[in-house]
Amino acid sequence: MQRLLVKKDQYRDSVSLMQLSLELKEGAGLQEAFVAMGTPANREILTEMGISKDQLEGVGPNDLMIALLAENEETIEKGILSIPALLEGTRARSEGGESYQPRTLEQALRQLPEANLVLISNPGPYASGEARRALEKGLHVMIFSDNVPVEDEIALKKLAQQRGLLLMGPDCGTALLNGKPLCFANVVPSGAIGIVGASGTGIQEVSCAIACRKEGVSQAIGTGGRDLSREVGGLMMAEGIKALAQDSQTQVIMVISKPPAPEVAEKITSQLASCGKPGVVCFIGEKQQFNEGTLWFADSLAMAASLAVALVRGETPGPLLLDDKLLERIAIEETSGMSDEQCFLRGLYTGGTLADEAIYLLESGVGPIYSNIHKEKELQLTDPTRSRENTIIDLGDDYFTRGKPHPMIDPSGRAARIAEEAKDPQVAALLLDLVLGYGSHPDPAGAIYSAVIGAKETARARGGRLAVIASITGTVGDPQGLQRQRETLERAGCRVMASNQEAASLVERILQHRAVRS
Amino acid sequence: MSVFNLFGQTLQVINIGLESFARNLRQEGVPVVQMDWRPPVAGAEGVGEAPLRIDREQANREAVDRLLRGQPILTGVSSAGEVIPGMRKDLFLHAGPPICWERMCGPMRGAVIGGILFEGLAASEEDAEQLAASGAIAFEPCHEHDAVGPMAGVTTWSMPVWVVENRTFGNRAYCTLNEGLGKVLRYGAYAPQVIEHLRWMAEELGPILALTMERHGPLDLRVLIAQALQMGDEGHNRNRAGTSLLIRELAPELVRLKVKRKKLSEALRFLHSNDHTFLNLSMPSAKCMLEAAAGVEGSSMLVTMARNGTDFGIRLAGLPGRWFTAPANLVHGLYFPGYSESDAALDLGDSAITETAGLGGFAMAAAPAIVQFVGGTPQDALNLTQEMYEITLAESQSWQIPSLGFRGTPSGIDLFRVLTSGIFPSINTGIAHKNPGVGMIGAGIVQPPVDCFQSAYQAYMQQYAATLSGDETTNESRRRNNETD
Repeated sequence: MQRLLVKKDQYRDSVSLMQLSLELKEGAGLQEAFVAMGTPANREILTEMGISKDQLEGVGPNDLMIALLAENEETIEKGILSIPALLEGTRARSEGGESYQPRTLEQALRQLPEANLVLISNPGPYASGEARRALEKGLHVMIFSDNVPVEDEIALKKLAQQRGLLLMGPDCGTALLNGKPLCFANVVPSGAIGIVGASGTGIQEVSCAIACRKEGVSQAIGTGGRDLSREVGGLMMAEGIKALAQDSQTQVIMVISKPPAPEVAEKITSQLASCGKPGVVCFIGEKQQFNEGTLWFADSLAMAASLAVALVRGETPGPLLLDDKLLERIAIEETSGMSDEQCFLRGLYTGGTLADEAIYLLESGVGPIYSNIHKEKELQLTDPTRSRENTIIDLGDDYFTRGKPHPMIDPSGRAARIAEEAKDPQVAALLLDLVLGYGSHPDPAGAIYSAVIGAKETARARGGRLAVIASITGTVGDPQGLQRQRETLERAGCRVMASNQEAASLVERILQHRAVRS
Repeated sequence: MSVFNLFGQTLQVINIGLESFARNLRQEGVPVVQMDWRPPVAGAEGVGEAPLRIDREQANREAVDRLLRGQPILTGVSSAGEVIPGMRKDLFLHAGPPICWERMCGPMRGAVIGGILFEGLAASEEDAEQLAASGAIAFEPCHEHDAVGPMAGVTTWSMPVWVVENRTFGNRAYCTLNEGLGKVLRYGAYAPQVIEHLRWMAEELGPILALTMERHGPLDLRVLIAQALQMGDEGHNRNRAGTSLLIRELAPELVRLKVKRKKLSEALRFLHSNDHTFLNLSMPSAKCMLEAAAGVEGSSMLVTMARNGTDFGIRLAGLPGRWFTAPANLVHGLYFPGYSESDAALDLGDSAITETAGLGGFAMAAAPAIVQFVGGTPQDALNLTQEMYEITLAESQSWQIPSLGFRGTPSGIDLFRVLTSGIFPSINTGIAHKNPGVGMIGAGIVQPPVDCFQSAYQAYMQQYAATLSGDETTNESRRRNNETD
């Protein structure tokens, strides 16, 4: 059974009609469909399809022919009904489509000839090749990718050094260049403090603390976590210090790292001491705060920020004084109503450096802390999913992120873990971080809101009370909104402190209260 | 650039990888170009890194310069036997790299049979087949005789051909007259009306056009192609504008010929009825331009891409005369009603010479009317042409694309760029039925097989890799390569 429709003087391009024929045929389940202009060649195809010459009488090259072939009348009718939409569709398709994304660096440079930085987050095995090409073209590079061989890292950093270029990374998650946040970074005002950091969340915590104290950052250069190892020898940190020393906007230079290899620490500190500008050193885990010439060593990230701010303002840096009375008052509030058995802390962190810092800050005051990232083997958790006694977990550790997004991007895993910890009647306090800024989840507070309420309810139902202590790494300029995030946490019953250090101090005090009682 | 001039400048970023990083930077007002990064072609690791004994960049500049300076001029119409170098009555030219009768695909065999019937070398299909298989007829690529032929490309002694001359370098290229659509020889059809039509072309159309050209004088095809691109052609699958412009040029002279009006009218009507009339002029234009670059020592620029329905073949400027072949691909495309991919012959024809010179798929952005071949939207066509810039050495100075701000078409495909980027030339093409005698069943786009590029690379390195003696020239070329890559 066949049918022919002719639309007079309706010119369409033959190629769009071939597509339309296919859509008509498939959409209506026809045996065959042929939509074409009435040229002699096309009319001949139709006669071969079984359309009689009479039906084609008077059809000309400017007429649109629609032929339908089907088993039954019903299918043909269905096909005919779909025609107007299809004809309209060929017009609608001419809009839209994605704009061109270049495939090679050369072409990308044609589109953006003034480009000065290449940001690389493709799979690690390929990252070095792209980085080398970028350096050879005179471009600064930030490598977010991990799994880059250390030999590649050294070769790339040497090449960058020769050319006077930055090679940030690999595994560099945070930088602030010319006031612009890169990857995981906060919106921080421009200012006079320059940072070179081997730790992403370390840079974030410090830069937010600086912003909170109404000062700003000139540049924050990430080096990647391996830079201060013995093998790499702090190549990028040395370059970063050199660059900041020559930068007229930078008045104070801060370096942040986990404790480096001793000879590298020596090299970096002596370079910083002789660079001509005051320096702040924050090697996370350093237990003391002290001063040597123009160098100031901080015992916490918050302290480092405080020192740098004082130096920029020309003030004499002093110890970071927490309001002791206030802390005590909060600790009493938070512990009132706890049941006798509640005495342990559980820290659930999304920022690795913050977790590290909390361990170092707390272990002298509360005793051994178990963790999935502890340096000492006997304090490492055999099963990171199960806490014991005092435990601080880095949820961003490889164990948790294999095949899954980082908890700063997807906080759902932490919400589940909060509920899990609340089931343990010995837990007195939860300690949390909340990292805002670009790269992070759009509403990390909202993502744990119900879990925190539920956890407190679980404790209450048991006749106890669960303290939930948090700090926020963020600024008022961050896309998540610092105020909104704080309010969400407070509505859930969290006690929100000014810094990770302050949060840790409060937890220490809470645990001391519990220890005194028991 | 160094750190010291990064600080204080406006940050401008090229982002390779996670697109969210680019979005965030844009939100902060940073200009960002997101790259569409993909892993390199398997087996192409290390391409472009080994030292060479010549300066490849310089050689490529020379080759592409010769391509771009070419000026194709239509000078006349003659018969193949009269003008094609080395032409003989027992020599049949065909499309693509060399092939023997036994390995020919259906449409090419059909075209050979048709050619034998047309030349009167046999009286029946069976006799023609026997003759073709007997070895009495030699088969050689059009490309080895300064000629090109669409689809099967079968060119025989008596066929009329366009004569196109590269005015800059003095070399010529030849191509048969296009037979129109439907059942035609180039798609392997050889029914009596096909042969009859070929006779009419040889006896009436050819002479009329030859006389017309004599009256008209040389016709600048480079200019005509430039105009056609601005009127929606890409010079391969869409030739409507070029055909119209050609008729406009020829008609005033054609009507003055001392030939019966009915015959003149028939000739004009035929040219008009066939949108692909101009294809057989864009092809020899491309051919004579590229031929001028063949033989540039050390160049890795492609001067030929051609298919015979069995093999896809490429040739390099720096390795003149040598074919690098691999099995031809299936064309992805749109099919006429009643046909599907299972009916299709493999990729066929010399028409990919247009892409080799920067037309066809490379000029897709100029031809919004046929974007259905590449995804359906004009933006898809723009993207495709932009992708071709990534593998080409230069941009045409005369052929421009209005929708890309009159940027010149991407010209001069570099073997090395193809392998390192993993981007393959995108070729617009017609689709022939796999059986002889059926004809065209659709149209679409096709990419060359990767293997012919890999074997061309190996041959190139054999020829041009620096010897390991560490002499002066080696170091010199290594240094230069480092600087320019």
